[in-house]
Amino acid sequence: MSFEMLLSNAAALVVVVPLLGGAIAMLLGSSRLAWSWSLICALVTFSLALVLLAGVLGGQNISYEMGAWVSPLGILFEIDALNVLLITLVSAMGLLALLYGLPTIDQEVDRHQHAMFFGTFLICVAGLIGVSITGDAFNVFVFLEVSSISTYVLVAMGSKQNRQALTASFNYLILGTIGATFFVIGVGLLYMATGTLNMADISRVLAETGSDRVVRAAFAFIVIGLGLKTAMFPLHTWLPNAYAFSPSMIGVFLASTATKVALYMLIRFLYSVFSAGQSFETAMFDYVLAPMAVTAMIVCSVQASFQSDVRRLLAYSSVAQIGYMLLGLSMGTVAGLAAALIHLFNHALMKGALFMAVGIAGLGLGVVRISEMRGLGKTMPLTAAGLSIAGLSLMGVPLTAGFISKYYLVIAALERGWWWAVVAIVVSSVLAIFYVGRMIEVMYLQEPPKTTDDAAVTVRSPILPLIALYVLVIANVWFFFDPSLPMGLANTAANELIGGGGS
Amino acid sequence: MEMSFPIDIFVIIDLILISMLLVVGIAIVRLNNLFVIVMLYGVYSLLAATWFVSLDAVDVAFTEAAVGAGISTVLMLGAMLLTSRESKPTTPIRRWTSLLIVLVTGIALIYATFDMPAFGDPNSPANSYVGLMYLKATITDISVPNVVTAILASYRGFDTFGEVVVVLTAGLGVMLILGIDSRRSRSGEVENKDAIAKEANTKNKPEKINALNHHIVLQVVAKMLIPIIILYALYVHFHGDYGPGGGFQAGVIFASAIILYSLIFGMDQTRRAIPPKLVQFGSALGVLIYGGTGIITILMGGKFLDYNMLDQNDTIHAQHMGILMIEVGVLVTVASVMLSIYYGFAGRYRQLKDQNW
Repeated sequence: MSFEMLLSNAAALVVVVPLLGGAIAMLLGSSRLAWSWSLICALVTFSLALVLLAGVLGGQNISYEMGAWVSPLGILFEIDALNVLLITLVSAMGLLALLYGLPTIDQEVDRHQHAMFFGTFLICVAGLIGVSITGDAFNVFVFLEVSSISTYVLVAMGSKQNRQALTASFNYLILGTIGATFFVIGVGLLYMATGTLNMADISRVLAETGSDRVVRAAFAFIVIGLGLKTAMFPLHTWLPNAYAFSPSMIGVFLASTATKVALYMLIRFLYSVFSAGQSFETAMFDYVLAPMAVTAMIVCSVQASFQSDVRRLLAYSSVAQIGYMLLGLSMGTVAGLAAALIHLFNHALMKGALFMAVGIAGLGLGVVRISEMRGLGKTMPLTAAGLSIAGLSLMGVPLTAGFISKYYLVIAALERGWWWAVVAIVVSSVLAIFYVGRMIEVMYLQEPPKTTDDAAVTVRSPILPLIALYVLVIANVWFFFDPSLPMGLANTAANELIGGGGS
Repeated sequence: MEMSFPIDIFVIIDLILISMLLVVGIAIVRLNNLFVIVMLYGVYSLLAATWFVSLDAVDVAFTEAAVGAGISTVLMLGAMLLTSRESKPTTPIRRWTSLLIVLVTGIALIYATFDMPAFGDPNSPANSYVGLMYLKATITDISVPNVVTAILASYRGFDTFGEVVVVLTAGLGVMLILGIDSRRSRSGEVENKDAIAKEANTKNKPEKINALNHHIVLQVVAKMLIPIIILYALYVHFHGDYGPGGGFQAGVIFASAIILYSLIFGMDQTRRAIPPKLVQFGSALGVLIYGGTGIITILMGGKFLDYNMLDQNDTIHAQHMGILMIEVGVLVTVASVMLSIYYGFAGRYRQLKDQNW
């Protein structure tokens, strides 16, 4: 395959490589072989994503006709500023999660299952990239299913550690399937109203014909379907247990990608397919989405504060943070949407790092509850430092990426005149200070549990997970000083979506 | 107009079928006995399949009959045997909330019907835009009589690729969570062990208890049927370009033949004939054949799944080749995954007694 051929087909290969890689990985008998193979596939996928990113940053939106069939006959991949951010994020997090995962998976999953586990993981990565990259509404459903079913399986693999992983996975399966069904009913109704499945084409036909009851029903079904997948409050009940009981590498990956991709789809449908500004949509933004977002920000932050299990704390915090993103997108302004997208990116960095740090602590000391993190600053100084920096980013402290997203969100809310939203952001941030501060306090101000010879033990952390953790921790600081990449893409995307009128 | 009936007879048939679906649906919700519910699911699928035939969606009907009424009934029964015969009663709050959610969903759907195009309206968007384009373009582009196959395998072949991966993922899930090679019985199945001992005492043939092999009639009939079923699967597979059918349905039918064999002659014999390793390999192989076809078209200078590249002098021939290749991939993965799911469930109980079915 010539290099040029590779580049011109990068859009297809970024999905196909991890898919076929996953099918091959499941057949490799040895655990190490399957892991190395998966890592190579993830690396190739990430490189292909960078090719696409470079193309879009060069000012060129990319489209790719599957099977060379022209749209709307065939399936079209469309890559612009909005989804290239997601594709890069998902492929990068897939790579980092694999890099991070080997020692934890050794502990959490039976060895003879590793090959199939890594295979399923690659398929999950491919599914999420597929959802992000495609411009076809039904193709979205297909890849949503690929990613969801693999996610249910991966969550259930936590059952060796804790049998609750099985019920968590089952709950997620039922709610996720309801979400997918609602989504596909919505797509079916849209097809009935427009006769096409290509999203740009649906949008064009809708702009010509206007909306009727079929379109409005489709809107409701799609929003609820994707809302379930996004863990939009109050449809988030599946999330905390799924994140808390899954193998830690899966927690890392899901927390930083799965809900983000669903949120991206929601943005795509709200702003591009149903072009924003239709009366029923604005009403939904003001009276449903924004209040729910604010409720999530506060209620779930409070819930996070009361958790004793670290990963459940982080999971509840995720639902609250999804509230921030939903708040941004419900503003319906360029600034609000851009702030939501920046936070989407930054939150993936901070939650990924937090889940990694907690996973490393779990590996070294068997930490599950906050009280068990006593003295982590002494026993595992590097992990504790990483956890603290990512935690500061979650609070939104200056010098971290979290500050950038909160700053822009507040600006956007002020610009829209939503002072109550600003109040909610402040309250939710105070709560974040409380629950992150509790972890930092336990780690640094409390003494580590004493061993018999009265000396505090220092635990050596495995090197690969630490590398992955610090890549994300550094990214959390880096994107404070140089936020041009996510901000540039987010602003371009927001301008295209709102300025372009959804065409 | 030679219509002697004021209403089209097909509309009446449709209405009857829909009402029957409704009755079966309500019965499923009201019942507690899981065995009956599983059977009613089969009835529901069969009714739905009949209805799809009346709507001229024969491909969908075929799939629904093969999957919904056929193989998934067996798999559900398998799952039921591992869990319970009766569903647990739910709390009233839960019941009323569910009813409320279903009502709201139903109202939303009914609300939508007011603006829906009339049934069968030739000018509705679904019948006049892309759908019509497919009908016109298939003859020149692909030239297969069954337009459904042209859409599934070529125009929207990438969707089908994704669906095959979904099937593989489901198989992976069963293989990971239940395991297809496991002969161990877990702690929760104590009563089963007692039953095994009892059975072993009475029959004195412990190695063959996982079968219905004391039924001579069943054995003889199955032996005659299985080759015919497999032959039929191949017919459905290769005739997919011309009539309803294709790799998906063929894979399910093929797997059904093996499952029938397993039910009559026992898991151990089936495992010897088709080892779990082979099933696992097959699940991945089908996806690799499908994706590999796409990679080949890229290597020949085209886009992913651009079958025209396979024979640039005769694109019709190239399309047929491409469709044939990917359909083989579909067949292999679907058949293997169906078997792997069956192995996963069936490998969990040591024996099936007559009264279990």
